[in-house]
Amino acid sequence: MIINVLMLMMAVSVMVIIRSRNLFGVIVLSGIYSFLMATVLVAMDAVDVAMTEAAVGAGISTVLLLGALYLCKSEEAHAPSKPLLPLLISLSVGGMLIYGTLGLPEFSDPKAPIHQHVVPRYLNELKQEVDVPNVVTAVLASYRGYDTLGETTVVFTAGAGVVALLRRRRKGRKL
Amino acid sequence: MKNDLILRVIAKLLIPFILLFALYVQFHGDFGPGGGFQAGVILAAAVIFYALIYGLADARKVVPEPLVESMMAIGVLIYAGVGVAGLLLGGNYLDYFVLDPNPVHGQHRGIFWVEVGVATTVSGVMLKIFYMFADRGKVDEE
Repeated sequence: MIINVLMLMMAVSVMVIIRSRNLFGVIVLSGIYSFLMATVLVAMDAVDVAMTEAAVGAGISTVLLLGALYLCKSEEAHAPSKPLLPLLISLSVGGMLIYGTLGLPEFSDPKAPIHQHVVPRYLNELKQEVDVPNVVTAVLASYRGYDTLGETTVVFTAGAGVVALLRRRRKGRKL
Repeated sequence: MKNDLILRVIAKLLIPFILLFALYVQFHGDFGPGGGFQAGVILAAAVIFYALIYGLADARKVVPEPLVESMMAIGVLIYAGVGVAGLLLGGNYLDYFVLDPNPVHGQHRGIFWVEVGVATTVSGVMLKIFYMFADRGKVDEE
């Protein structure tokens, strides 16, 4: 119930983002969208993900977008032509994605395939093997340690990429 | 925003609690929601908050750029180092069971250091990206 209300508010904020030409308002609204998303995730009992969404989506990316806005005009320029073909493509891709979700199992269905593969083992043997109350942490850091190492490397690579891109341009301008 | 008294006072009040919350999320991640990634982002957010209120130059004095850059790499190295420690102690790569005579304690130890590595890299990268963006826009001159 509460999820539906939040989803409706998210849809409204997306509509306003699309219509609005004031980029400052768009950035604030996207932060609001992230907070609503975080609330939806809390309502779905995914507290760890909600915390990340609130911190990254609503916090850091809002600040970064404001920093980017400072470099450009705060009014969005009008598009020179009506982008009908891209609209058609994104609508059809979105339609296909929605069609795909129709085949997914119900939310929190215990018979869903994802809950029958390794999840019983995680939940049953966690106490003897890892003994960490938060299952998410145990799966993330221990059972799926390789994945998290890869993720950390991805974050590092992203940072290194930004450093490489922005630093070179700044030097070229100054010297 | 440098001369806004209310913002400065509020920031001074809030930042210690944000930092404390980051540490709580980091070290309580085994028991409650949270972990290295979230703690790293909150830590970076605290410094970004400081930079927005007091200016980029002051933030650079508190958290200097070389420190941020080395944090990016040190985190990954800590994480990979836990794996190597497992190898040296006779286990597989990223095998935490061998890190302590008691296998369950070994798991705790492995998870602790891995989370430290994740938090270090994430906060380093977030801060570095912010520094680079803010430097181009000169947020501190606003």
